[in-house]
Amino acid sequence: MQKTRKIRVLIAKPGLDSHDRGAKVVARALRDAGMEVIYTGLRQTPEQIVETALQEDVDVIGLSILSGAHKTLFPRIMELLKKQGLTDVLVFAGGIIPEEDLSELKKEGIKEIFGPGTRTETIIQYVLNNLPKRD
Amino acid sequence: MFDDKKISQVRKERERWEQTTLPNWIKQCKERKSEFRNTSDIPIKRLYTPEDTEKLDYLEDLGFPGEYPFTRGVHATMYRGRFWTMRMFSGFGTSEQTNKRFKYLLKEGETGLSIAFDYPTIMGYDSDHPMGRGEVGICGVAVASLKDMEALLEGIPLDKVTTSMTINGPAAILLAMYVAVGDKQGVPREKLGGTTQNDNLKEYFAQKLCIYPPKPSVKLTTDIIEYCTRHLPRWNPISISGYHIREAGANAVQELAFTLYDGITYVESTLDRGLKVDDFAHRLSFFFASHNDFFEEVAKFRAARRLWAKLMKERFHAKNPRSMWMRMHIQTSGCTLTAQQPLNNIMRTTIQALAAVLGGTQSLHTNSFDEALCLPGEQAVRVALRTQQIIAHESGAANTIDPLAGSYYIEALTNEMEEKAMEYIQKVDDMGGAIAAIEKGFFQKEIADSSYKYQREVDEKKRVIVGVNDYKIEEEKLPIELLRIEPKVEKEQVANLQKLRRERDNRKVEEALSKLRRSAEKDENLMPPIIEAVKAYASLGEVCEVLRQIYGEYKELIVI
Repeated sequence: MQKTRKIRVLIAKPGLDSHDRGAKVVARALRDAGMEVIYTGLRQTPEQIVETALQEDVDVIGLSILSGAHKTLFPRIMELLKKQGLTDVLVFAGGIIPEEDLSELKKEGIKEIFGPGTRTETIIQYVLNNLPKRD
Repeated sequence: MFDDKKISQVRKERERWEQTTLPNWIKQCKERKSEFRNTSDIPIKRLYTPEDTEKLDYLEDLGFPGEYPFTRGVHATMYRGRFWTMRMFSGFGTSEQTNKRFKYLLKEGETGLSIAFDYPTIMGYDSDHPMGRGEVGICGVAVASLKDMEALLEGIPLDKVTTSMTINGPAAILLAMYVAVGDKQGVPREKLGGTTQNDNLKEYFAQKLCIYPPKPSVKLTTDIIEYCTRHLPRWNPISISGYHIREAGANAVQELAFTLYDGITYVESTLDRGLKVDDFAHRLSFFFASHNDFFEEVAKFRAARRLWAKLMKERFHAKNPRSMWMRMHIQTSGCTLTAQQPLNNIMRTTIQALAAVLGGTQSLHTNSFDEALCLPGEQAVRVALRTQQIIAHESGAANTIDPLAGSYYIEALTNEMEEKAMEYIQKVDDMGGAIAAIEKGFFQKEIADSSYKYQREVDEKKRVIVGVNDYKIEEEKLPIELLRIEPKVEKEQVANLQKLRRERDNRKVEEALSKLRRSAEKDENLMPPIIEAVKAYASLGEVCEVLRQIYGEYKELIVI
C-alpha cells in the first residue's frame, strides 16, 4: 500500500490583531496529532494567506481572528481561494465571532467556526473527519 | 518572626499531628489530588505554619507601608486615604462615540480615563491604509490626526482628569497629540497627568504589536522617558507591562520576572542618556494581570514591589526611596473569561479584582462579563465598574493596609515568587539582556510552553473551568447586548482624514516631517519634532512612515 502523506494544515492570522495564543495552541495540538502544520505568523493579508496555501499545497486552512474584522477579511480570503482553484481545501475558523455572523460566514464556504473554550481534541477530530478527498 | 524555641515546638507538634490526627482523616476522606500546584507550578502545601515564615525578618522583608521595601504598599495610608483609581479601558468607533462613553463613565464615578485605540492606530497606519480594511474603530477608537484627538477629548479638562493611553510603537505621536490638546486648553505642561504604555519590549514576545525592530523601539521608549523627565513631571512615561505577557500564556512567575527585566532594560537605556536614576525612576509605572488563583496573585503583587525596590537600590544604587517604589495598575484577566455562561465572568472578575486590591494596586480596570463575545456593552461596563465600587465601599477590604500580611501561606508564597523571578532575571542577565533573549526566542518559547501546558490541563480536565469543561448547560440566548460598530464608521473616518489632508497647510506638514527625518537620522530625541508635526496636522501614518523608512519594519520571529 502506498504510504499516505501527512495532512498539511495552514494556520493563518489575517488582519491586524495580535492575539495569537489560540492560533499557536491549535497549531501545536494539530502538530502533536501528527499533522504537518505551517503557521503564517501575524498580520497576513488575504493575498498572502492564499499564496502560502497554494505554495504549501495544504489540505486544510485554519483562520484565527479576534479583532472583529472577520466580515471584511474572511469573504475576501474565500474569494481568492476560489480564484486560485483551491475549492477543495477545508477551511475552518476560530476566534471571537458573534453567533449572528456564523451563518453568513458558512455561506461563504467556511465549514466550521470554533469559539472560545473549544477543546483542541474537538478540532483535531473535526479535521480528521472532514478532510477533503484528494487524488 | 518567631524565636527558635517556639519554632521547634511548632515543628514537633506539626509532626505529631501528621502522625496521629491526619492519617485517620485521610483514610476517611482522601485528598482530591495527590499534589496541588498553582499556575506557576509551585507546589502548594497542605498547611502553612510559622515554620514557613521562620526566616522572615519583619523589618527587613516587610517593613511599613510607604517605606522600603514597600512590600506592604507604596503609600503610608493606602486606601484609608484614597481608593485606587477606577480606570476603565475604553474606546470604539469614532472619536465622538468614545468621547460620549468617557463622559458616561466619568458621570458614573470613574476617576481616570484609559484610551483603547484601534488596530490601525496601534500599528501606525492611517485609517485609509489598505492594511486597516475592516479594522477602523472596531477594537478601539481611530485616531489618525490631532483633529481626532481634539474630538476625543472635547469637554474633558486635562488639568483635572488623568489619562492612560495603551499605545506603544506610536506612543510618542499620541503623547504629542495629547500635549497639543493640553496646550490648546491652556493647561500648563507641568500639570498634564497620565500614562503612556510605551513598553515596546514586551511587544516582541507578548502583545506583538510591533512596528520597528527592537533597538529603535527602545530608543523611542527612552525618548519619551527623557522628554517627560524634563518637561512633563506629572506624566508616567511608561507602564512596564506584565499584563500582555500573562495573557499570551505566561504563568505568574514568568509575568513577574519578564516584566521586571523589561524594567531593568529601560532603566539602563535611560541612564545611557545621562540622566540620574533618581531623576526619573519615581515616574516608572507598572501594569499587571490579576488571574484566577487568588493567593498566587496577591503574593505576586507583593513580591513584585519588594523585588523592584531591591533592584533599584542594589543594582542601580538609587538613593531616593521614591525611585524604589513600584506603583502599579492592574487589569483583571481577559483570558480567564468564558463565552459559556457569560454571567459567571462577573464572579471571576470580582475575585480577581479583590486580589488586586489586597495586593495593593494604585489603579484597576475590571473586565466586562461579555468580553469573550464582543466589545463590552454599556450595561456590562457598568457592572464591571460597580464591582470595584462594591469592593471599595462595602467589602471592608480597603479599611486596613495589606491585611493578608503575616499569613503563613501568603508570606511563604511571596518569598517563593520573588526567588523564582530572581532566577529568571539571572538567566536573562547571562543571556545578555532582554533584546538578546527576544532575538533567541527565549521569552517566546517560555510563554508558548506555559500556554500549551495550561490548555492541556483544561482539555484533560485536570483544571476545571466552570461552564467550559464542567457544569455545562444547554446555552440559552445570550443575556447581553452586542455592541456593533457600523461599517459607516470606517467610511466616515476615511473621508474625514482625506478632507483634512486637502485642507491643512501641506507645506507646513512637509517641513515638519523633513525636520523629523533629520532629527531621527541624527539620533536626537524625537518628541519635539513629533509635537511640531502633529500640531501641523501631520497624520499618525505619515509620522510613522518617516520612521519606518529610517528604522525598517520588524519581522516576526515565529515560535510555536
